Amino acid sequence: MANEFRMPSLGPDMEAGTLVAWKVHPGDAVKRGDVVALVETDKGVIDVEIFATGTIEKLLVEPGTHVPVGTVLAQLKNGEASSEVPAPPAPASSPETVGAPQVTVHAAVQPPAARHQRISPAARVRAHALGLNVDSLRGTGPGGVITLDDVSKAGRANAKRANSPSEDQVHDMRRIIAKAMTRSKHEIPHYYLSIECCFSRAQGWLDQHNAAVAIEERLLPSALVLKAVALAARAMPEFNGFYKDEQFQAAADVHAGMAIAMRGGRLVAPAILNADRKPLAVIMSELRDLTTRVRSGHMRAAELALSTITITSLAEEGVDLLVPVIYPPQVAIVGCGSIVERPWIVDGLVQPARVMTITLAADHRVTDGRAGARFLRHVHDSLQSPEKL
Amino acid sequence: MNASELDQRVLQIFLSIAADVDPQQLQRDVPFRDQFDFDSMDTLNFAIGLHRTFGIEVPQTDYRELSSLGSTIAYVDRQLAAAHA
Amino acid sequence: MSAAEAITRRTTYRDAVRDGLRQALLRDPRVFLMGEDIGRYGGCFAVTKGLLEEFGEARIRDTPLSESAFVGAGIGAALGGLRPIVEIMTVNFSLLALDQILNTAATLCHMSGGQFPVPLVIRMATGAGRQVAAQHSHSLEGWYSHIPGLRIAAPATIDDAAGMLAAALACRDPVIIFEHMNLYNSQGELTAAAASADLEHAAIRRPGRDVSLITYGASLFKCLTAADQLAMHGIEAEVIDLRVLRPLDAKTVIESVQRTRRAVIVDEGWRSVGIAAEISARVMEQAFYDLDAPVQRVCSVEVPVPYAKHMEEAALPQVAQIVAAVASMFNHGQ
Repeated sequence: MANEFRMPSLGPDMEAGTLVAWKVHPGDAVKRGDVVALVETDKGVIDVEIFATGTIEKLLVEPGTHVPVGTVLAQLKNGEASSEVPAPPAPASSPETVGAPQVTVHAAVQPPAARHQRISPAARVRAHALGLNVDSLRGTGPGGVITLDDVSKAGRANAKRANSPSEDQVHDMRRIIAKAMTRSKHEIPHYYLSIECCFSRAQGWLDQHNAAVAIEERLLPSALVLKAVALAARAMPEFNGFYKDEQFQAAADVHAGMAIAMRGGRLVAPAILNADRKPLAVIMSELRDLTTRVRSGHMRAAELALSTITITSLAEEGVDLLVPVIYPPQVAIVGCGSIVERPWIVDGLVQPARVMTITLAADHRVTDGRAGARFLRHVHDSLQSPEKL
Repeated sequence: MNASELDQRVLQIFLSIAADVDPQQLQRDVPFRDQFDFDSMDTLNFAIGLHRTFGIEVPQTDYRELSSLGSTIAYVDRQLAAAHA
Repeated sequence: MSAAEAITRRTTYRDAVRDGLRQALLRDPRVFLMGEDIGRYGGCFAVTKGLLEEFGEARIRDTPLSESAFVGAGIGAALGGLRPIVEIMTVNFSLLALDQILNTAATLCHMSGGQFPVPLVIRMATGAGRQVAAQHSHSLEGWYSHIPGLRIAAPATIDDAAGMLAAALACRDPVIIFEHMNLYNSQGELTAAAASADLEHAAIRRPGRDVSLITYGASLFKCLTAADQLAMHGIEAEVIDLRVLRPLDAKTVIESVQRTRRAVIVDEGWRSVGIAAEISARVMEQAFYDLDAPVQRVCSVEVPVPYAKHMEEAALPQVAQIVAAVASMFNHGQ
């Protein structure tokens, strides 16, 4: 229902969640994409966005309450379909009439009348990087403005809360992983294919690129692999989607999930939305942003629930081969081993090469080995022309 | 900038990218990787933080210098000295 | 003893400027000095004292009281291949020569497609604080910094007082050197660094992590004093001496602000439409997302500089105001 806001499902296995805090008040106008509440799940505290546009009429659930997925949390007035473009807000004040020239030079900055929270540009940038909601912060700067220091402190406190998991949280996370992986191995007839992928060209291109660009624009190998997988998923939609109700539903878009380890033994796989259509630079900056937010305990609901295919890597743990387990209800997952130096034969000559073993695990109910081989080949070939990614 | 200021600033940068690490428990000369999960994304973010704060270039080939807090401080110190020379 | 071979020695700003002039006269026979009372009288701030005796009337030339005429003559001499150094008593009087400076010196090179550069150096005293009243006390560096085609230098330190002249003479554009009249008696160390003074870069005179104090000329020393006081409250101010007002070394300023995330500009010029406003705009354009507080300006009160001592002091930027402007950014002292 468009005029109700319900406890969302933030993952296929979520059954209930705890409303931690409201980010809106009755009477507030909201539009699609606004963060309206914080919900705690086994994966940590998550910013939950609303998918409807309207005015919050009534908040039905108190913070601290644990409720099942689907429970109505709030009612909206004038709720309308979420795809509508919201009407532009009425101008806050009429433009100033041109009158006598302004003489005052020391005009003090007046705090805006609205309950808009004042925050310094540097603090806003940092808050965004840490995934902190600025409305939840308290400002200690002049006139109550939120300063960089306030954000840094909140970020540390928040991260400590989210990422020094209590034994219960770790236990819950293990339980979730256990459930998902058991279901996967129980229901999904996996088949596995591996390919040894020469990564020399890609590495050379990366090194050259990284030496030439500003430090913020440097790329990591995982960005290349993610893009290559996303392109393969677009080319072969039978690997991109969900198996539900005894049939496969291909997804319209490619949202590539990246498995990210949280320090302290937890794992989530938030999505880079539309990864097939994003340039490497954007993928890389989103990966950096996601990693930071995952590790500081701030993920957005859409990023967690929307992955249509997943990439997982143990490249830095020194293993050659990673045989991954599909994250249901997805139908494919790609695992990357370490990039290692190996003898490689080119035109009959042995040369040293950097090699990464890439493994596809796919759902045999949906695809067969031959298709899987083409998929892997597609990933492999993309990585041979990194400049085209 | 004296030595303890440099230490503090490098530590601040580290904590801004690994906000979940308790600074009390951080051991200065033990590689980050041996103390907790620390991956290439962390290293890159760390290098970016150093660049933004100190204005030093941290080429990819120098990443190994950032393996522990102590080695990073020594590295930044050398880079700053070279820049002022 | 030349600046280049100087080992560190203590001197005054006045003697350092004179040292720079002497070196220029000794080094290059095309160099000569021209201005009101610079010869027999030794200059109204005694900067050129003794030079007439040493170099003679052909190279140390007293001029009639006509700024327009002798600046114009300087432009002609520069076009003719000489390297004139023209002294104007104070920036207030330079307005009589503004037509020559703006319409001729700054434009000829452009209008001739680069055929006629004007390698002219003009020195002038600027600033207030000596109770010489409104017609001798203004800081109009900002007016000249507005003009494309000029280079504007504002040496604050002893090394720059001695060394910037050589860089100015080496420049094919007209250069105006502003010497704050309060600095002539100041003392400091003249070092070998004077020989490498350039017309390109701002200098960080004191490093700090919490706020950037951006200034030039005599206000540098007020900023350094303010920084000492702030340090006692745990605020480490970085002090930037712009040195060159046109072209501005925005890079040094922006990089500093990106580190400290706060900027206070201290400028003895009037606040409106001045150098402080320009720097504030650059910071906004290039470092907006790094700022943790609005940029502050500490400038002169917008009145003609008063004569009475207490009023003159009240009209000019002072250490207490700089400290207060910084404190307001930290929520201290509320």
